Amino acid sequence: MSDYISHDHEHDGIDRRGFLKCMAWAGTGVLWTVSGGVLASKTLAQIAKAGLSLPKATDLSFLQISDSHIGFNKEANKDVTETFKIALDRINAMPTPPSFLIHTGDITQLSKPEEFDTFDEVLKSCRTRDVFYVPGEHDVLNDGGKLYRERYLKKVEAKGSGWYSFNKNGVHFIGLVNVLDLQAGGLGQLGEEQLEWLEQDVKGLGADTPIVVFAHIPLWAVYPQWGWGTSDSERALGYLKRFGSVTVLNGHIHQVLQKIEGNVTFHTAMSTAFPQPSPGTAPSPGPMKVPAEKLRSLLGLTNVEYKQGKTALAIIDSNLS
Amino acid sequence: MTTLISKIRIAALLCSISSLFLLAIAGEMKGADSNVSSGNRIEIKDFAFNPQTITVKSGEKITWINRDEEPHTIVSVEKQFKKSSALDTDQEFTITAGAPGTYTYFCSVHPKMTGTIVVEK
Repeated sequence: MSDYISHDHEHDGIDRRGFLKCMAWAGTGVLWTVSGGVLASKTLAQIAKAGLSLPKATDLSFLQISDSHIGFNKEANKDVTETFKIALDRINAMPTPPSFLIHTGDITQLSKPEEFDTFDEVLKSCRTRDVFYVPGEHDVLNDGGKLYRERYLKKVEAKGSGWYSFNKNGVHFIGLVNVLDLQAGGLGQLGEEQLEWLEQDVKGLGADTPIVVFAHIPLWAVYPQWGWGTSDSERALGYLKRFGSVTVLNGHIHQVLQKIEGNVTFHTAMSTAFPQPSPGTAPSPGPMKVPAEKLRSLLGLTNVEYKQGKTALAIIDSNLS
Repeated sequence: MTTLISKIRIAALLCSISSLFLLAIAGEMKGADSNVSSGNRIEIKDFAFNPQTITVKSGEKITWINRDEEPHTIVSVEKQFKKSSALDTDQEFTITAGAPGTYTYFCSVHPKMTGTIVVEK
């Protein structure tokens, strides 16, 4: 039992107080560890402060970065390129480098070619070269994601508007797109074509295959009033119900929240650019201004590790302070 | 005869265009300091259109200005007018109201944001 669940009225493994503690505990970078199918996370700062090295016996570790918003230059963070660089420095300083990175969207602020250029240029400093992407709504603003797809899907066999899957060390990864063709009054959406593809994609897999799903907007109803959810995610999760270990990684809300429901762990990552308010605590979900000395404690990464023979992945969030 | 058919064709084409584009697009994005001739202004702030419902006369201009630090768009739900590009902070978008009627629109980046235009004669 986690030590941050004090009220669990819905028997879903989480409560509001637990969320808040979880958020306080998390920082800017999250290290995800798939260990026997169970994702676990620790902040990179926690690892650094404790003088610990990352587990050596893991079969696979990868790192989630999210919401870099290159091009944003407002009060909440006037130099998002710099904080993105700091995040990459943290990755480069890890004793055991992650096998690959996952970027869960909002690479840029306004989908401008020069913003994508800056991101690509800065990313060259990262010693982990393999990166898998899903788009955020900021990456597909004026062209339906054409430029994004041209740049970031070269290494994968993407379908439709850019969804795909791949296997690493026996773990099945699924990158979904839920930021296109959004409907008035609605939430994020996957759409019929993508859902049909997903059903077929996982059909032949054994129930003991660890599954990692990643998409920009949360695939659970974090706070629908602010659009923080995906209208047809229930159907997607229905196709994954029979699997013993499902880990869902999202961005979009610029803060760490976690929920465990049966065999499914939902987790959202911090941004490398600016924080956003906790659900319902502000008039809108826009960029949250915090004192300069506090900013980096609210930006971060997520590390994930998998160890064969175990069921859950280890998920480790860490901030940039 | 050929001339008459051509004229009918042109008239039919104009008719279909006018019914398709009930609201004609008059404006492109502008900076906040530019002059806007119309008083029909919709401010985008805190992820909301304010006023959420605006009533205008046919032929008048309607201008949106984005006061948020997030980009927003203006998109007709029924595709009755051309959508805006993403508006950055302090950018504007202007259209000219066409035929009388009620038109709903939303922000395609944050679809919870919706608004209504009522065009009167």
